[in-house]
Amino acid sequence: MDINTKKLKKNAFRVTKERGLAASRVRVPGGRMEAKYLADIQNIAETYGNGTVHLTIRQGFEIPGIPYEKMPQVNQLLQPIIEGLGINQEIEGEGYSASGTRNVMACVGNSICPYGCYDTTAFARKMEKAIFPNDLHFKVCFTGCSNDCAKVRMHDFGIIGMTIPQFDSNRCVSCGACVKACTKKSVSALTSVNYRPKRDEVRCIGCGECVLACPNMAWTRSQKKYYKLTIFGRTGKKNPRMGQDWIKWIDEESILKIVQNTYDYVKEYIDPNAPGGKEHIGYIVDRTGFEEFKKWALKDVTLPECAEIVSPVYWNGIKYS
Amino acid sequence: MGYVLNEDQMNQALQELKKSYIVYAPKCFENGGRFSDTDCIRYGEIHSIADVEFEKKSEFSFKEILTPVSQTLFYFTEDSVQEAQAEKKGAVIFLRSCDRHAVRRLDDMYLSNGPADYYYQRVREKVHFIVMGCTNAYENCFCADMETNQTSAYDAGVNKKNGVFEMDCKETWIDDIVKKYTDTEKDVSVEFVTQTQTHVQIPEKIDYRVSKSSIWKDYDSRCIHCGRCNFVCPTCTCFTMQDIFYTDNGKVGERRRVWASCMVDGYTDVAGGGSYRKKMGERMRFKVLHKILDYKERNGYYMCVGCGRCDDVCPEYISFSHCMNRLEEGMKEVEHND
Repeated sequence: MDINTKKLKKNAFRVTKERGLAASRVRVPGGRMEAKYLADIQNIAETYGNGTVHLTIRQGFEIPGIPYEKMPQVNQLLQPIIEGLGINQEIEGEGYSASGTRNVMACVGNSICPYGCYDTTAFARKMEKAIFPNDLHFKVCFTGCSNDCAKVRMHDFGIIGMTIPQFDSNRCVSCGACVKACTKKSVSALTSVNYRPKRDEVRCIGCGECVLACPNMAWTRSQKKYYKLTIFGRTGKKNPRMGQDWIKWIDEESILKIVQNTYDYVKEYIDPNAPGGKEHIGYIVDRTGFEEFKKWALKDVTLPECAEIVSPVYWNGIKYS
Repeated sequence: MGYVLNEDQMNQALQELKKSYIVYAPKCFENGGRFSDTDCIRYGEIHSIADVEFEKKSEFSFKEILTPVSQTLFYFTEDSVQEAQAEKKGAVIFLRSCDRHAVRRLDDMYLSNGPADYYYQRVREKVHFIVMGCTNAYENCFCADMETNQTSAYDAGVNKKNGVFEMDCKETWIDDIVKKYTDTEKDVSVEFVTQTQTHVQIPEKIDYRVSKSSIWKDYDSRCIHCGRCNFVCPTCTCFTMQDIFYTDNGKVGERRRVWASCMVDGYTDVAGGGSYRKKMGERMRFKVLHKILDYKERNGYYMCVGCGRCDDVCPEYISFSHCMNRLEEGMKEVEHND
């Protein structure tokens, strides 16, 4: 058997521990799809795989037990999924065009969850369209609110939904529900002054707990949606660490641009000898210095007026090397 | 007289109304909902007829126009008191039949329950009503069972049908305005529903013994005492007083009255630290029996108008109508125990 493993990896197959058998990696950007594609996945697993499917950590399906010679047939069967999920593809019928940049993940977001501050899946799909296909190792993850159920701080780019709570004092019934919710469930940004809540703008994380708690619509959400962008969280062997807040109250357009700009930065500075052409962005930033990254990332970005850039940004985590 | 007006004609009539009145109606506050990317239908001032939400039910009622959520009564300094000014313009309110019946409850509470309430009266005297027709009852409506599904107590009635507006003008002042803008006369009767999906049967023989029933215990753990049911209710009238001392000058301030809720903590607090109805079931019992028993004994009719807003809004899916339907079971239980 003669197989180009470099090529098949980029085609979203895994070289498995079992000789002769690959695993097909199906991505679901934003974590949601029409249920009908489950039948396609079942069909691939039962026709060419070993009849099992692994639900991956990155919101995909890994179909193991596929003989290498069956990869073209599997790619054919993947076509309706690739098209249906709106994945950018270079050659029709030949499967995924790259696998370096990982599936863009999202929690269920505001289409299901009351806490969600935006449609996470819709934003994840926009990001998918903007950055795929790409061989560089980027991990982007979206979560609807500061609860961070999607664990975005374990990713190169984490996007956390925020809303600027709007207070209409004429509708306040002084029930104290917002102050209690903010104190018990969030960051104690509200205090009571003259029977009404007073918001500490510096402390507020835009989680929306006050809006959810208010029984009389005295608190409502801002018309515009805002986000917190966390950067360079990672797992791994050398120095796993949590992503840190970089820009708070940022908008959608700026996030898309910053992530795209970062690809240019990585192309310029990635270690040419990085194994498999993969290097976590954070290690590159450690070499170039944060200011150099910032220069590239913020190129042609117009942040909203309310955006706050955290400076300097420090990471810690566990250091093994 | 009855008339048919298209949207332009309706807007012309509305503009004339707005010269003398502030016109309020249920309207859609886009992205104004509790959850992101959701709207809220509630009352607000309208500027064109397109602002009026005819299709969807309003989450909150008209009552905030007659009894503002928070109303400053007077301002005080060290040696003087100044009454807060009333709005000079009168108001025209678009509302549905159930809500028009709720106005009667508010009137009884504020005008006939002891001396007339000065602040309510000065607003109420200048308010006129346009009743909106209902073609279908919403999921939680039970107006027909509460006999509030029809009304003739309006200045004008309006049906929106196929993009045009049918008006039934009963009072001369509004008839004079409307007929200026249309030549199309028609016999118009405001549409009222006669059937609802939700039904309520309150036992005829009900008395205070039902307060001892175990049906209330269910709510001890289910209710989160947020008060949404009271705030959306068109007939809840409770308020509390607040004296505010301005933060920049603590010798000057204002007194305001603010909506209160019998479900929210603090409602029964008394001087000396006492507090009553600590359990949520006790609060539910108080609210339900006030609406359908205590109020009826004093006024001869139920306070609840069956708009079902409390059922629509409860985040814990506690249904007021369902609770009323359990009263029979509750009465049987206490009669048996007697």
